[in-house]
Amino acid sequence: MATVELRQVTKRYGAVEAIRGIDVAARDGEFLVLLGPSGCGKSTLLRMVAGLESITGGEIAIGGRRVDGLEPKDRDIAMVFQNYALYPHMSVFDNMAYGLKIRGLPKAEIRARVTRTAEMLELAPYLDRRPSQLSGGQRQRVAMGRAVVREPAAFLFDEPLSNLDAKLRTQMRLEIKRLQARLGVTSLYVTHDQVEAMTLADRILVMNQGVAEQIGAPLEIYSRPASLFVAGFIGSPPMNILDARIADDGRGLLLGGGGRIALPGPLAAEAGQPVKLGIRPEHLKPTAGPGGLSLTVELSEALGAETVLYGRLDGGQPAQLRMAGMPAHRPGDVLPVTADPSDLHLFDPRTGRRRPDTEQPGWAERRISAVS
Amino acid sequence: MSASLLDQAPAKVAPARFRPLDLLPHAVLVLGVLLLGFPLYMVFIGATWDAGTIARGNLPLTPGPLLLDNLAHAWTGTGGERVMHTPVRVMMWNSLVMALAIAVGKIAISIISAYAIAFFRFPLRMVFFWMIFITLMLPVEVRIVPTYEVVAGFGMVDSYAGLTIPLIASATATLLFRQFFLTVPDELVEAAKIDGAGPLRFFLDVLLPLSRTNIAALFVILFIYGWNQYLWPLLVTSSGDMDTVVIGVTKMIGTGEAATDWNIIMAATLLALLPPVAVVALMQRWLVKGLVDSEK
Ligand SMILES: Nc1ncnc2c1ncn2[C@@H]1O[C@H](COP(=O)(O)OP(=O)(O)O)[C@@H](O)[C@H]1O
Ligand SMILES: [Mg+2]
Repeated sequence: MATVELRQVTKRYGAVEAIRGIDVAARDGEFLVLLGPSGCGKSTLLRMVAGLESITGGEIAIGGRRVDGLEPKDRDIAMVFQNYALYPHMSVFDNMAYGLKIRGLPKAEIRARVTRTAEMLELAPYLDRRPSQLSGGQRQRVAMGRAVVREPAAFLFDEPLSNLDAKLRTQMRLEIKRLQARLGVTSLYVTHDQVEAMTLADRILVMNQGVAEQIGAPLEIYSRPASLFVAGFIGSPPMNILDARIADDGRGLLLGGGGRIALPGPLAAEAGQPVKLGIRPEHLKPTAGPGGLSLTVELSEALGAETVLYGRLDGGQPAQLRMAGMPAHRPGDVLPVTADPSDLHLFDPRTGRRRPDTEQPGWAERRISAVS
Repeated sequence: MSASLLDQAPAKVAPARFRPLDLLPHAVLVLGVLLLGFPLYMVFIGATWDAGTIARGNLPLTPGPLLLDNLAHAWTGTGGERVMHTPVRVMMWNSLVMALAIAVGKIAISIISAYAIAFFRFPLRMVFFWMIFITLMLPVEVRIVPTYEVVAGFGMVDSYAGLTIPLIASATATLLFRQFFLTVPDELVEAAKIDGAGPLRFFLDVLLPLSRTNIAALFVILFIYGWNQYLWPLLVTSSGDMDTVVIGVTKMIGTGEAATDWNIIMAATLLALLPPVAVVALMQRWLVKGLVDSEK
């Protein structure tokens, strides 16, 4: 058990800067998820922690001990790979025991540890089998068992569930969560799947093109995305991002194409300045109200528990609205919609960052209380 | 695995309609077998009669009574009417040493060089790769004179070392292993690294066991290649004690004045056939097994 600290870590492949200065510290026992689209550098970052990839700059420390420069085996970590990477010619027992054998542990101790881990992961009946004689879920568990028997300071997972079918993925997600909570081992977990990230993480690090866009607890990231990228990446269906301008009195927004939305607090900024307005689909309410908008329905997706309406707002900007149950709306219907002013997210269109003035008390209070 | 495949097999196969044209491939195959088999049969028949019967030129198509006698004479190198020849026992031993040394040596050297080329980054790696690759264009026959020079220079003429070492380097086997190594997933290498396996351990514990089937297949091919060597042993050995069976049998054929003990030659030929046949028969079963429970 240990902390995992990254300080200004960078990675360069020739002219390509894959990781551009990442600072993050996973607390002892914390489950930290690295989330981002394919190619953003998640695996690279994880592999640098593992020691499978050299670092170009910065420092990595595990348990307070600097490890960049050490061989993977000397970093006291264990890794679970996407394709399991089990030794095909070894039995399940030998797969789990191999690392311990190399470390020269006594035979009896190895047997005890492997047996204990196998029981915990319900692998005991399969110890004599080869990986090829196991199902995908069982192989995944062997891969986890191989990590667990080593009793490392940190677990590193690189998309460990993406080779499983949807149902098994959900089940294994729970198992990983339970296992990690039980063992209390600091974990770094790479995924591009936001549901995995939201359900597993104590904290999420959202990555984009080699930079950390935001680090925070799942719900904090969901309710206060720090940038347009995070706003668009987290949440399904994604947040509506609308072009708008600050009204002359600073107390409302004029949507591109028409319509006005009231703001929870006055904005200091200049009138007429363009902003990006984010509203989550579930925060658009199909009720009439003062300063309301209207949505022309183009498509309705009924999922049973909820329904997603795709349509256009007054000004013609596309928007999605999410409602509970199975309301009967057809293409062509026009609904009144309103949004609670405190559910609005404002971003600077030039930098893509959340506007600092939305962090002022008038904005923040309600949202924080809504989270906790 | 095989059980589930059987389960899925259709319970009933519709009887194929007989078509006269289907006979053609069978006819071709039967003809091929006869063409290959008849000389072998004649060797067998020849080994069962006495030299006189063969010399008179009216060899029957049925076996005679002398098979065991002829085999014994060939094996011990006695009893022929002609000058004494090297016992087939000795020749076969020489052949066995040569074939095994070539097969094992080629596999050992090429698997190690393929390991270096496929898994390590070192300066001039591709240069070495291409150098090995280019030697494909220089088989023994092409470089035989300079090779002989070198071997003679080392004083290795007429020795097992001279017989085998020049034939051991193998570009084909190196490339074969390299291709196989390239299919080993990077993650497997990385998992081994994290488990603490160094290069040697990874090679012995992971790569070698995974290469079993490739090694077996290569062994069969290379053993037969080694056993059948003719030109190089002819050149590099001179004493009868160093004769391989392929060379020795041809030496047993008389040059005109002396009578040729064809019955003994045929018996020796039969004996010479046995080891390659045995290797194929034994390893083939192993190979099939290896392919059936393939783990990759
Ligand atoms: N060995 C490498 N050489 C050059 N570029 C690489 C190498 N490995 C990764 N990259 C680049 O680094 C970026 C991040 O890759 P990766 O960490 O695998 O992304 P992710 O895991 O988030 O999908 C990608 O743009 C990729 O092309
Ligand atoms: Mg990746």
